[in-house]
Amino acid sequence: MKTSLKLAYAALLALTALPALAGKTLDAIRQRGTVTCGVSTGLAGFSAADSRGNWSGLDVDVCKAVAAAVLGDARKVKWTPVSSQQRFTALQSGEVDLLSRNTTWTLSRDAALGLSFTSIVFYDGQGFMVTRKSGIASAQQLKNAEICVQSGTTTEKNLNDYFAARKIKVKPVVFESFEASLKAFFSGRCQAYTTDASSLAAILQREAHNPGDYQILPELISKEPMAPVVRRGDDEWFAIVKWVVNALIAAEEEGVTQANVEQQKSSANPAVQRLLGTSEDTGKLLGLDRQWAYRAVKAVGNYGEIFERNLGSGSSLKLARGANRLWSQGGLIYAPPIR
Amino acid sequence: MSHARPPKPRLDRRSLLYQALAIAALLGLGAFLFANTADNLHRQGIPSGFGFLLDPAGFGIGEGLFPFAAGDAYWQAFAAGLANTLRVALPGIVLTTLLGTALGVGRQSRNILLRGLCTAYVELFRNIPLLLQLLAWYFVLADLLPAVADARQLGYLYLSKSGLAFPAPVWESGRLLLEFPERNAFSIGGGGTLTPEFLAVLLGLVLYSSAYLAETVRSGLQAVPRGQVEAAAALGLSRRQTLRRIVLPQALRLIIPPATNQFLNLTKNSSLAVAVGYPDLVSIANTTLNQTGRAIECIALIMVVYLALSLATAALMGWFNHRAMLHQG
Repeated sequence: MKTSLKLAYAALLALTALPALAGKTLDAIRQRGTVTCGVSTGLAGFSAADSRGNWSGLDVDVCKAVAAAVLGDARKVKWTPVSSQQRFTALQSGEVDLLSRNTTWTLSRDAALGLSFTSIVFYDGQGFMVTRKSGIASAQQLKNAEICVQSGTTTEKNLNDYFAARKIKVKPVVFESFEASLKAFFSGRCQAYTTDASSLAAILQREAHNPGDYQILPELISKEPMAPVVRRGDDEWFAIVKWVVNALIAAEEEGVTQANVEQQKSSANPAVQRLLGTSEDTGKLLGLDRQWAYRAVKAVGNYGEIFERNLGSGSSLKLARGANRLWSQGGLIYAPPIR
Repeated sequence: MSHARPPKPRLDRRSLLYQALAIAALLGLGAFLFANTADNLHRQGIPSGFGFLLDPAGFGIGEGLFPFAAGDAYWQAFAAGLANTLRVALPGIVLTTLLGTALGVGRQSRNILLRGLCTAYVELFRNIPLLLQLLAWYFVLADLLPAVADARQLGYLYLSKSGLAFPAPVWESGRLLLEFPERNAFSIGGGGTLTPEFLAVLLGLVLYSSAYLAETVRSGLQAVPRGQVEAAAALGLSRRQTLRRIVLPQALRLIIPPATNQFLNLTKNSSLAVAVGYPDLVSIANTTLNQTGRAIECIALIMVVYLALSLATAALMGWFNHRAMLHQG
C-alpha cells in the first residue's frame, strides 16, 4: 500500500506540476546546484546505500559522472530511491532529472511514456535460479512449476513469452517487494526464482544462507539492455547524458583511466585530445565546457573501471564482463566517435 | 427509539445560491484538474486514455476464479484481479462476522477464562499492524507447510507449500466432471487449490477484522439497558434465551452501522494482499501500470472499483439495517 500511496502522490504531482520546457533541465540543474538522480532502492552492484548513506554501484557512478561533467563535482547529486512502479512517474513529473535505475529499454517504454533512453550501460538477460536438490538442469524442465517473481518489471512478461513459445505451463507467484519474493523462494514456496542474471548473482552472493544449495540455470530468456532515461522534449539534456556515457566508454577504448587521466591530457593521441578537451572543444556543442569528459573520467574512472569496481573482480559479485566487454574485445559495449 | 423526523429545513433563495456556487466551484476545480492533466500529458507526449485496456496483457496470473491466458486483454486481467479481491473479501466478511460475534459475546461471558482469552485476543490482534500480520502468516505458512515432494495427503486433499489442493468440479466437453488433484513433478495439479497466498490473506484479514468487530458487538450488547435483562430474568428466561430473544435483537440495530464500517475496511484492506503475492486487483493494476506506464488511468481504475465495492456493501448493509430497524406503526 505504501508504494501505491507514493504512486498516487506522484500521479498527483503529474497532475499539478508544470512540465519542464525543452532545454530547461540543464538550466534548472545549474540553478539548483545538484542533479536529481532516480536510483533503485537497493540492488547490489547497481545502486545500494551503505550504513552511512553513501551510494555506490554502476547506476550510481553514471549519475556521478553526469554531475561531474555538468556541475564539476561528482558529489552534487541528490539521490532519490524509487521503486520499479514509481520510477517512470517520478521522471515524468520532474521529480528526478535522470533515471539511472537498471531500466530495460523496450519499444513501448521508449515510445509511449514520454521518455527517452540514452546510451546502454549494461547488457543483461533474465535467468532462473533453482535449488540444487531439485535436480533441475534446464528451464525447459520447469513444466507446471511455480515461479516466484517480483512485480513491476519486464520479468513477468518475459516469463510468459518464453514458456508460451514452448507451450509449457508455469504459474507465476508475483510479489510487490523484492524482499518478500526472495523470502518466499528461499522458504521453498516456489521451485524457481526469476530475475535478471546480474541480480541472480547478487542474490546468490548476498542473500542466500548457503549459496552452494542453489544454482543458476544456463538459459537467458530475454534481452535486457539497461540505459539511463531522461524526459523527452529536452534534447540538450538528452545529448549530455548520452555523451557522458559514451565518453566513459571511449575512455576505456583509449586507455584513459581515473589514475592516468592527468598525464593523458598531454597525450599525442588525437582521440584522447578530443576526449579530454585539449584540442577540439566538444563541450561547446553540448552546452558544457571543454573539460566535461575529463571531469567525468576523473570522478568515476572509465567504463571498464566502473564495471570491475561495482560488478566485476573488484566487487563481491565477481560477474564476468561477458557481453559487457568492449566491442573490440568481443563484447557489445561501443561508443560512437567523440568528435 | 422514536421516529419523529426533524422538520424539513426550508430552502430560501440565498442558501440555494450558495449551494449552487459551491457546486459550480467544485465542478470548475474538477474540470481544471482534468484539463490541466490532459494538457500536461499531451505536452510531454504521453498518450492517455483507457484504450490500452483492449490490448493483450502478455503476463500470466497465478490463480483465479476463471482461467486467464496471457493473450487476454488488460480489462480481462483487471476483471480477474477484481474476482480475486472478491474471492478473499466475501468469505472474509462471512468468517469475520462469525468469529467477531463469538468473540464479542465471549467478552461478556461470566466465565473468567473465556472472557480473559477473548480480551487478550482482541488486544493482541487489533494492536499489530495488518501488513505485519499478513507477512507473518504468510511466512509461517510458507515455512511450516511440507514441500511438494512430501505433500501430506488426507483422502483426496493434498497439503503442501503449493497450498491446499482439493477435488473440484470442472466443465469438460459439455459435462460437469469432478477433477481430483494429482501429483506432478513439481506441484499438485488439477482440482482446486487454496494457495498459501490466499490462505495468508484470508487468515490475516479475518483475525484482524474480527478483533474490531468483537468490540463493535460488545458495545452493542452493553448498550442494551440492564433493565431488559433483569426483566427477562424475572420472566424466567434462561441466560441463553435472554441473549437470543432479548439482547441480540436489540443490540443488532446498534451493531449494524459500525459493523458496515468493519466490512468496508476489510474489503479495502484486502489491497494489502499484494505484499504476500496474492494477485488481487491492486497487484494486477501494479503490473499493468508498469507494463503500460498509464499511472493515472490505473490508479483511477483502482479507486473507482474500491469506491463501487464500498458503495455496494454500504447499500446492502443499509437495506439490512432498514429491515432490522424497529418499525412502529
